[in-house]
Amino acid sequence: MTQARLPPPYGRFIDRQAPRTFTFEGRQYSGFVGDTIASALVANGQWLMSRSFKYHRPRGPFTLTGDDANTLVQIGGEPNILADRYPVRDGLAVWGQHYFGSLVNDRLRGLERLSRFMPVGFYYRTFFRPRGAWRHWERVIRRSAGLGRFDPKAEPRRGRCDKAYLFADVAVIGAGVAGMSAALAAAEAGAEVILVERDPEVGGALNYRRLGADGGEGDRHRDALAEAVAAEPAIRVMTGTTCTGWFADHMLTMVRGDRFYKLRARRTVIATGVIGRPAVFRNNDLPGIIHGSAAQRLIHLYGVRPGREAVVATCNGDGYGVALDLIDAGCAVTVVEMGGDAISDPRRDRVRERGVPVRRADALVEAVERNNRIAGLQARDHSAFNLECDLLCVELGVTPAASLIAHGGGEVVYSNDRHAMLVKELPDGMHAAGAVLGPCPFDAARAEGDVVGAAAAGDDTWSPPRRENGCLNHPWPIFPHPKGKEFVDFDEDLTAADLQHTVADGFRTVELAKRFSTVGMGPSQGRLSAVNAVCLLADAAGAPLDGARVWTNRPPAEPETFAHLAGQSFQPVRLSPMQGRHLEAGAEMMVAGAWLRPAFYGRDRERAIREEVSAVRTGVGLIDVSTLGGIDVRGPDAAEFLNRIYTFAYKKQEVGRVRYVLMCDEMGVIIDDGVACRLEEEHFYVTTTTGNSDAVHRAMLRWNAEWKLDLDITNVTAAYCGVNIAGPRARAVLERVQADMDLGRDAFPYLGVRTGRIADIPARAFRVGFVGELGYEIHASASAGEALWDILLEAGAEDGIRRFGVEAQRVLRLEKGHIIIGQDTDGTMTPQEAAMAWAIARRKPFFVGGRALDIHSRHPLSRTLVGFVLPEGGGESVAEGHLTLRDDAIIGHVTSVACSPTLGRFIGLAVVAADLDRPGARFVIKGAGGGRIEAQVAALPFYDSDNRRQEM
Amino acid sequence: MKLMPCPLNGPRSITEFVYGGTVPETADPASEDDAAWADHIFGPHTPPGIVREWWCHVASGYWFIAERNTVTDEILRTIPPPRAKPVQGTGS
Repeated sequence: MTQARLPPPYGRFIDRQAPRTFTFEGRQYSGFVGDTIASALVANGQWLMSRSFKYHRPRGPFTLTGDDANTLVQIGGEPNILADRYPVRDGLAVWGQHYFGSLVNDRLRGLERLSRFMPVGFYYRTFFRPRGAWRHWERVIRRSAGLGRFDPKAEPRRGRCDKAYLFADVAVIGAGVAGMSAALAAAEAGAEVILVERDPEVGGALNYRRLGADGGEGDRHRDALAEAVAAEPAIRVMTGTTCTGWFADHMLTMVRGDRFYKLRARRTVIATGVIGRPAVFRNNDLPGIIHGSAAQRLIHLYGVRPGREAVVATCNGDGYGVALDLIDAGCAVTVVEMGGDAISDPRRDRVRERGVPVRRADALVEAVERNNRIAGLQARDHSAFNLECDLLCVELGVTPAASLIAHGGGEVVYSNDRHAMLVKELPDGMHAAGAVLGPCPFDAARAEGDVVGAAAAGDDTWSPPRRENGCLNHPWPIFPHPKGKEFVDFDEDLTAADLQHTVADGFRTVELAKRFSTVGMGPSQGRLSAVNAVCLLADAAGAPLDGARVWTNRPPAEPETFAHLAGQSFQPVRLSPMQGRHLEAGAEMMVAGAWLRPAFYGRDRERAIREEVSAVRTGVGLIDVSTLGGIDVRGPDAAEFLNRIYTFAYKKQEVGRVRYVLMCDEMGVIIDDGVACRLEEEHFYVTTTTGNSDAVHRAMLRWNAEWKLDLDITNVTAAYCGVNIAGPRARAVLERVQADMDLGRDAFPYLGVRTGRIADIPARAFRVGFVGELGYEIHASASAGEALWDILLEAGAEDGIRRFGVEAQRVLRLEKGHIIIGQDTDGTMTPQEAAMAWAIARRKPFFVGGRALDIHSRHPLSRTLVGFVLPEGGGESVAEGHLTLRDDAIIGHVTSVACSPTLGRFIGLAVVAADLDRPGARFVIKGAGGGRIEAQVAALPFYDSDNRRQEM
Repeated sequence: MKLMPCPLNGPRSITEFVYGGTVPETADPASEDDAAWADHIFGPHTPPGIVREWWCHVASGYWFIAERNTVTDEILRTIPPPRAKPVQGTGS
């Protein structure tokens, strides 16, 4: 196929030495590096790119910037890709989307003949009766009115997306005249600047708009500014980058390729320019009807002659610039001049000089369709006249690209003076310059950029200048037709009549009208439709148009993919210093908060847990407890502080002794537990549960920010490793290791703590009984973790020492009836309910949660945590979380359950009604599959009820 | 994403901070009756308008107080934690 390419210097973005071949709808097309899918298709005469949402009408590009959603295509498993943004590549297989049959012959095109039966709000009022009807119709509607197909199984077209963070003094969005000038001025004033441009090169409209009668003026200005920008080291230019949102305190989100950026700036300058405004007339959506600037983009950026016979409908000098560009590119051109004001512009004079026919018209009547493309235009002056054409360039006005300004809370309203939306007020700290604030010739944009850039760098307050220069917009480019099909919103196939009906149905404000009619809710988010919709709604409602607002504009301003938002997952995992040893020993690791911990060692889970439990009960076991939190509390008020933070009493705790700690919040709910080791008079070492150390530490700091007690609180979790050596042979094993502490029963009793050296490793050792056997918990410098682990394993070899993991520990502690915070308790359980009233020191004047517990204690308990045993064969179908019942009423749930190898039966903990808190009481558990299992309350602990073994 | 002007660390991204609830009016657990204490714990203390809140800069473990307008989400000022107040019924 022959391409309608123009010779250089046309085609600024393309590299003619690098041809590329791709397919569209299975047919081969060629383009060049630098082409977008859309520009390459148009170069090959293919204007039809998609089908519309509701009526399946043919659609093609309107802006060539990605601001309209008429070019959405499907590539592989990924739908809704903007063809006028996506670069061509060899082998790319592109498909149109949303058609039945073929793109050229869409079987559902006939739907539009039914359009009078599908009024605005059609879905809302048609398919809700009879009850359940929507379920059926939803499927039908989604099939006929969907966009592309997402195929989760398809090969992803992109690699992994990731995120990056950027910082700047001044962020300038848009690298046109005003943006580049602002960036230069800000850099001049000493600011670090990031200049963001959506196109692949800086220049903005200078790259394609014709500023003067002769042409080439834009190139000269662009070259001068671009050179200055490139030479300025304080400006970082990011081209091909779309800014999708402005958030509080100048956080900007941006997408470039597979990367999502979050840019934090001190000040933002919005220089995003304008978007072409469509005219509303019958068949105004046909492929081949484009904004004038889109024709200029095709010609200058991609070297594409957009048509052979063009009509330019315009009311301003820019339209004559378009006409001149088209003539130079070899098109036959007719200008249709519209609007009331006389146009005084050298470009108009030049068009006249060149003998181009110029017709006056009051209205555009309709466009004629042939082969899914425009074939002619009917306009009307005193009478209607017809023009043959294969291209219609509409240049009747522009609308500010003010999404980012709106995100910040700026006010954008309709102005009767300008016949356009106008930025009325900028948010605090946000600056703007150039065409986004209104029509702005080169010199004015340059000067404004200078002022604004310097103001942004200098933190000055600044308000947008009043623009005196003329209006470029047609006062009312909306021409209803008795037969309809004048589209206001291309995304949603909404016509002028639809919006009039919306108001007639009572939805008179823009926000309500938007929700009812769906105007502005499609993929282009109302960038094109807003201004015409505002006009039509105000007109239909008889409301004043001047000062009319558009609906609330929220981020993202342009689509972001989930892949961009998700990026790479960043979930740091904390590893014990002995992690390597566990892996070498064949540990199965499990997630515990931010940590990985060995669940058990070996392949066979059940067997490993059974053997590990048995080793601890009969011989000796070793577990890594480095994940427990460790907090050093030091200072004259350390004991007083613990007294207030925890429920127990610590003032009389002797040096060298360990006490249980239980932490409640102000509601009296249990939030953490551990032990407090009094190492010195003014020094406690407190442990927390795995994963809770940060929260506990933070809570401690928070309370002391109020109390101002004299102490330091340090989270030393990462500084220490920890092991627990437990079992009847624990002392014998430890005695084999060179230790400078007496390990004897009397010298180092249960709940004692000693500091010293174990095999020359400085360590804190304390005797606790979580697993219910003679045991020593040893905490040492994290860097000594592997050495300590190895030494203890070696010393225990002759006693058959076994590593044990979290699973065995859970069984062991359950046999002892010890709770795990967060498993056996939840965010509502008090110590009384957890049967831990013993851990509350009643005589203390104050502790956190004490007042609430005091109130609780004066009310009868409604539920309590009890131990239970299951009958033979009953355990297999009971799991944590299963409900506990009495007479079919729910009374609680199972919090822990396990088969105890030691006792040879299933045991557990469960929440039940308070009056069941007596050994022998029975209740029912609703097991897996709904089966009822009768459980019996048992005294705790299940094992070694007089606690002799841990105190040996 | 907002910036929080931390009295210790200067302006930092709000993601580095943890909210710690409003600064309640002083309530003495020893003298308040049950209903008043329940209100102290559970009652709504975030009226529309300017409220004082506890915030913590996580990385440095620093707690301070921020005055924030809950209507506009504007942080008016931040101040270091207040001086020790007569302690809540500790009696020690």
